Amino acid sequence: MARHTISLVVENQAGVLARISGLFSGRCFNIESIAVGEGAEIGTARMTIVTQGDEMIIEQVIKQLNRLVDVLRVVDLTEDNFINRELALIKVNANQNNRQEIVQIADIFKAKIVDINQKTLMLEATGNEDKIDAIISMVRPFGLKEVARTGRIALARESLSKDSPSPEEPLPSWEKERKKIPADLA
Amino acid sequence: MELSGAEIVIESLKKEKVDLVFGYPGGVVIPTYDVIQRTTGIKHILVRHEQGATHMADGYARATGKPGVVLVSSGPGATNTVTGIATAFMDSIPMIVITGQVPVHLIGNDAFQESDTVGITRPITKHNFLIKETEDIARIIAEAFQIATTGRPGPVLIDLPKDVQVGVAEFCYPERAEIRGYKPKINGHPMQIRKAAEMLTSAKKPVIYVGGGAIIAEASDEIRLLARKLNAPVTTTLMGLGAYPENDPLSLKMLGMHGTWYANTAVMECDLLVCIGARFDDRVTGNLDEFSPNSKKIHIDIDPSSLNKNVRVDLPIVGDVKKVLEQLIPMVERADTNEWLLAIENWKTEHPLTYQNTNTVHEEGMGGNIDNKEDETSIKLPLHAQYAIKKIGEMTNGSALVVTDVGQHQMWAAQWYGFSNPRSMITSGGLGTMGFGLPAAIGAQFAYPDRDVIVFSGDGSIQMNIQEMATAVACQLPIKIILLNNGYLGMVRQWQDLFYDRRYSEVDLRETNPDFVKLAEAYGAVGLRVFKDEDIENAWQDACKIKDRPVLLDMVIAEEENVYPMIPAGAASHEMIEE
Repeated sequence: MARHTISLVVENQAGVLARISGLFSGRCFNIESIAVGEGAEIGTARMTIVTQGDEMIIEQVIKQLNRLVDVLRVVDLTEDNFINRELALIKVNANQNNRQEIVQIADIFKAKIVDINQKTLMLEATGNEDKIDAIISMVRPFGLKEVARTGRIALARESLSKDSPSPEEPLPSWEKERKKIPADLA
Repeated sequence: MELSGAEIVIESLKKEKVDLVFGYPGGVVIPTYDVIQRTTGIKHILVRHEQGATHMADGYARATGKPGVVLVSSGPGATNTVTGIATAFMDSIPMIVITGQVPVHLIGNDAFQESDTVGITRPITKHNFLIKETEDIARIIAEAFQIATTGRPGPVLIDLPKDVQVGVAEFCYPERAEIRGYKPKINGHPMQIRKAAEMLTSAKKPVIYVGGGAIIAEASDEIRLLARKLNAPVTTTLMGLGAYPENDPLSLKMLGMHGTWYANTAVMECDLLVCIGARFDDRVTGNLDEFSPNSKKIHIDIDPSSLNKNVRVDLPIVGDVKKVLEQLIPMVERADTNEWLLAIENWKTEHPLTYQNTNTVHEEGMGGNIDNKEDETSIKLPLHAQYAIKKIGEMTNGSALVVTDVGQHQMWAAQWYGFSNPRSMITSGGLGTMGFGLPAAIGAQFAYPDRDVIVFSGDGSIQMNIQEMATAVACQLPIKIILLNNGYLGMVRQWQDLFYDRRYSEVDLRETNPDFVKLAEAYGAVGLRVFKDEDIENAWQDACKIKDRPVLLDMVIAEEENVYPMIPAGAASHEMIEE
């Protein structure tokens, strides 16, 4: 079962998040992570959802999301070129004996130290999930006090060539499969 | 013009050409009820349970295609509408449900009669709204009607706090609702349609499989044209009954779990299955791995999420079914189907719908009377539900508005009445809600005051919303309730009989059912009891003489009888049980 990153632009209104998470739970689609914040257009929010499923399930997820009145656009970024990032705040137990080692680990991952006291250090790390997973497992032996992760956010890369379709206006996924339809007839 | 929120609600409904509202008052909607009291142009029907209001609006909508409108109070009033809203949602019925709500500043405080109505109904509405400002009312009502009635229709709920009803604002009704996230696709893709036409014309064994979507799209003329031009047989789902005339030689009648043997076999053996406005529901497909294994499939539907949901189709076409068929029919030629139709004729002769009394097996005729030789002894046997339904079908020329509840009687009505017109079978297919029949019939009778409205119900189902008898009597509606009374929850008993070794569990109502004739009379309706097949005609004529109140015909049928054919859940059509 493949992991899919789905990016949605939705109306920025009360209840929209509840409706979307309700859609996933009601139809037993899983949500690995969900991140949402204000979008580019006024009054919209962009939501990034990571989910897992086979081809037919992902097709259903996308179509069911498209069906919602509050959802303006849905893109399955998985097949395209996209950038994904996550931010994590990591509170590690640190004393004067091991603090230097933790700082060195942070340096390797280009993570910042954003808080310090006699017993703990807080690191801020950004990158793709693998990098976040790695830094967490490197500092875990010291004792993780608290971890807060945002979950993945992602945007499609803009292509250099003039011919490929604009990522802002994707074909719905069921049409994508019928690749026999030339783009000018779609 | 400055109006109160409640006045804006009523004026907005008038702008949407609503002339009927089904409802029940309560504390937080008194401001709106105050306006209703002095309103002309909109009639309010007082129900006896909010669930009844939703089913009435639903029956009205199914009969007319117009959205049904419900008005109820907050808290328990709103939660009582949940079943009715879910019923409409599953069958894609346009409905507007306005629920009162506690004042905005009290929301979330566990106030008296407060419930999170929007939260509770989110999964069972096409969309819902909580109005927080009086000046939003007109715009939201316009949007609600637009959403409920276009694309794939569905119920929309509007939660309306009391202070929003009382507040004042300028009334300005928008010309058109602008909803940026909602643009249903109407016209089919021309290349897909051309491909479909080629596939259809070259098929040797096609089957046209028609669902409720064809009725919603008002496409039964197009289905007729397509079937006759192509010379292909047509089968309908429970929700599609009436889309194609069942007395036509090309009709296979209903398919699915309790469909005809020949419809299910044709679908199994076909080389091309054209699905029009249906959704490959599990009651139709049975075991998906073995469903119509050798056919190519074309699927025409307005909802993209229905395509490739259960069954992978070769050619999906998104669009309004009527528009797509209009584009398709000119491109289609007569297919070479003579051998196929001959095979189907043989199947119809060898495996007709049947029912038993112990001495004779009765068979369906093709639009004729039952041609059977009855024993003397058969006259003394109980009345047969199937015979009653078929007889009433003949006496009404198949043109009554038939409403059903849920259970064995529903399946028998679908098999034996004989449907030829769209919007003549009103039944809860997707959710299968017992208690739907009586209130839905009331809604349907309001839609067509001059037509015969018949409810086929069971002794279990009728009790679930029996209180609406009071509404029917109060409104002087001459609905005819055919109560197929076997003293059991028949369908569940059938499953326990066939799959649980007759271990009947909680299905026996015989000792505790009321005297339904006396019950009808207690409400002020007319009650008649029928015991024998040959008394049905007279009882029906007597019932038809009554024009100003409901008539309940208590038809006492055999206690234990099963609906056949049956494809057990999860089985394939070659495992069909015929008796």
